[in-house]
Amino acid sequence: MTAHAEMSLADRPLGNAVRVVAVDWAVLDEGEARRLRALGIDSGAVLKIAHRGIFSGRDPIAIEIGRMTVALRRAHALAITVVDAPDEGVHPSGHTASEYAK
Amino acid sequence: MSRAPRTIALVGNPNAGKSALFNALTGARQKIANYPGVTVERKAGRMTFASGEPAELIDLPGSYSFEPSSPDEAVTRDVVMGHQEGQRRPDALIVVVDANNLEQHLVFAQEVIALGMPTVLALNMLDLAARDGLVLDPKALEESLGVPVIETVAVRRKGLTELTAEVAKVTEEGAHEPTLPTHVDIVERRVSARAMAKGAIISETKQRRLHRGLDKVLLHPWIGPVVLFALLFIVFQAVFAWAAPFADALEGVVAALSDAVVTNFPAGLLRDAVTEGLLAGVGSVVVFLPQIIILFFFILVMEATGYMARAAYLMDRMMASVGLSGRSFIPLLSSFACAIPGIMATRSITDPKDRLTTILIAPLMTCSARLPVYAVIIAAFIPAQTVGPGIGLQGLVLFALYVAGIVGAMLVAFVLRRSVTQGAASGFIMELPRYQWPRARDIAIGLWQRGYIFLRRAGTIIFTVTIVLWLLLSFPQAEPGENQVDASIAGKLANGLAVVVEPIGFNRDMALSLIPAMAAREVAVSSLATTYAVASDDEDETAEALGTRLAADWTLPMALSFLAWFVFAPQCLSTIAVAKRETNGWKWPIVMLLYLFALAYIAAGATFWIATAAGL
Ligand SMILES: Nc1nc2c(ncn2[C@@H]2O[C@H](COP(=O)(O)OP(=O)(O)OP(=O)(O)O)[C@@H](O)[C@H]2O)c(=O)[nH]1
Ligand SMILES: [Mg+2]
Repeated sequence: MTAHAEMSLADRPLGNAVRVVAVDWAVLDEGEARRLRALGIDSGAVLKIAHRGIFSGRDPIAIEIGRMTVALRRAHALAITVVDAPDEGVHPSGHTASEYAK
Repeated sequence: MSRAPRTIALVGNPNAGKSALFNALTGARQKIANYPGVTVERKAGRMTFASGEPAELIDLPGSYSFEPSSPDEAVTRDVVMGHQEGQRRPDALIVVVDANNLEQHLVFAQEVIALGMPTVLALNMLDLAARDGLVLDPKALEESLGVPVIETVAVRRKGLTELTAEVAKVTEEGAHEPTLPTHVDIVERRVSARAMAKGAIISETKQRRLHRGLDKVLLHPWIGPVVLFALLFIVFQAVFAWAAPFADALEGVVAALSDAVVTNFPAGLLRDAVTEGLLAGVGSVVVFLPQIIILFFFILVMEATGYMARAAYLMDRMMASVGLSGRSFIPLLSSFACAIPGIMATRSITDPKDRLTTILIAPLMTCSARLPVYAVIIAAFIPAQTVGPGIGLQGLVLFALYVAGIVGAMLVAFVLRRSVTQGAASGFIMELPRYQWPRARDIAIGLWQRGYIFLRRAGTIIFTVTIVLWLLLSFPQAEPGENQVDASIAGKLANGLAVVVEPIGFNRDMALSLIPAMAAREVAVSSLATTYAVASDDEDETAEALGTRLAADWTLPMALSFLAWFVFAPQCLSTIAVAKRETNGWKWPIVMLLYLFALAYIAAGATFWIATAAGL
């Protein structure tokens, strides 16, 4: 597996910075999709999983994005496709430095 | 020339400090707490401009955008757009943003500013920015947004004068061409929010260490739940252990008052009304003030520090297994105070089915009005011994009663989610706020408010119901040799009800307390106290503490069955009324009423027969 393989956020280990490459909004409830977008969880965002639960499915999940910690469910994380972003680190703005250049 | 007062509205992301600012500007005491979704309704208050001109200030629920994803967000949109019935469209807006999280808060701020209404931006929580080593340039922000930016610290009343002056100014100037582009989507706003934040940040240090360190422990998969459980355990231990000396002192005061009345006034009906109704009845409730205060002390501290949102996170797994989300946790926790604000708080729940389920189970959370009922029975029947180092048996039983309510609620939710409120499993998305040190003043004000509410209830509804009950117990007057309660109207009515509740172990006196308890839970205590006071033959017995009487008259299975009844029985009528309003009809309150009665009856019966069979 290469460092830039795409995978679901739900399968990521704790602590590594990842960049969101796609979100399958269609599988999410409309209100919840809107809430996720409002919190900046959208394509391009850089985030990391900070905590997760113990029981089946290791639900819920707490992610760090920008200066926020946001709790969400594994079901949401499954709809979020990410790639590794080890060198980018979580910028306070929740986005990568390279994006500013764009 | 006089004109109608101006209307100013506070808008912004959840937890930005809108209500704190509202309180500072109007002198109101709206609830503020450190988690998103505290305010769920519009609230109006009066503020004054420097010119002396009064204005109406409106506090609104926090919102992430004008495209609402929950009922509380819809209120914000409707008020700002002028679609809310009975509310003038605001003349000006104050956008409140958290200075520590501009990248996020400026997204909605831009949407608000793009409306072109007179707007001032309050750059709030600057004290926390300073704590975390963040230095900002408000002028740069002002330039990129095109509206005045005022630095504030709502909880320390900093920047208020400047803010009101600026609001007065922009209100005079009136609407203008929007300073920001109107037709942009959230992605573009996010990009510009980032750029604006970057331009406004002069310097910053690495991210908050305190916050991270605490979450490592408190959200830890194993340690987190253990800490939460231990904390709740301590709360209920404290309710008994810490309150005891104060409760004893209060009981002493009530007994002394009763003695004084008896020695100083001639015997007669009026004196009986005071000793039997007021002092024995209402007094028996008031003595639980210390317990109420201790319970709320813990709740307020958990809310102010930001731990409450972590508790929601930790509880989410359990909630998920019955088809609810962690979002329901906060309304349910508010229901420990009282189901009414709890039911109101469900407005921040996105999914309607989820919300309805939460409303229906909210009454199963043990509200503070039930605390006196539990406490009086526990004190009378459960010995004050320890069952382990520092673990009191009484506190343990109280804890068990609260747990019974929670487990009952989860079971009911499980059934509801598979029957009447069936639907897609709902999710849980919640911002976890930064930790804050609780401010002693806020806690003190919160406790004062809860204490006041409790005493006001005692002085109004509990007093009224108890006196009415006393009248019904005192007339007609008994023939010599006959027991007064047997002869009275209330006694006769209770005999009828007693037939229904006899199978679950209740005696006539217990039956008698059930009906008035519908007005307010605590009345169960005052009506028992009044009943025994009326039934007693002499003044010494009248002044006797209720617990002593109960211990003499009831068996342990009876007491346990009474407790079980109160875990499940429908709450006061006001709860039913709020449920009707929030669900727009009688259907769901009636469902609620019926299932609660059924559960209470079954639980009390089962408890009684099991306890009897076990030879207790
Ligand atoms: N340190 C600090 N804390 C603040 C300030 N303003 C508000 N707070 C705290 O931030 C938390 C949120 O404040 P609220 O006023 O309830 O926030 P709100 O915007 O009304 O939140 P919602 O009603 O949920 O939308 C509370 O714990 C306040 O005590 C501030 O200027 N400095
Ligand atoms: Mg508020």
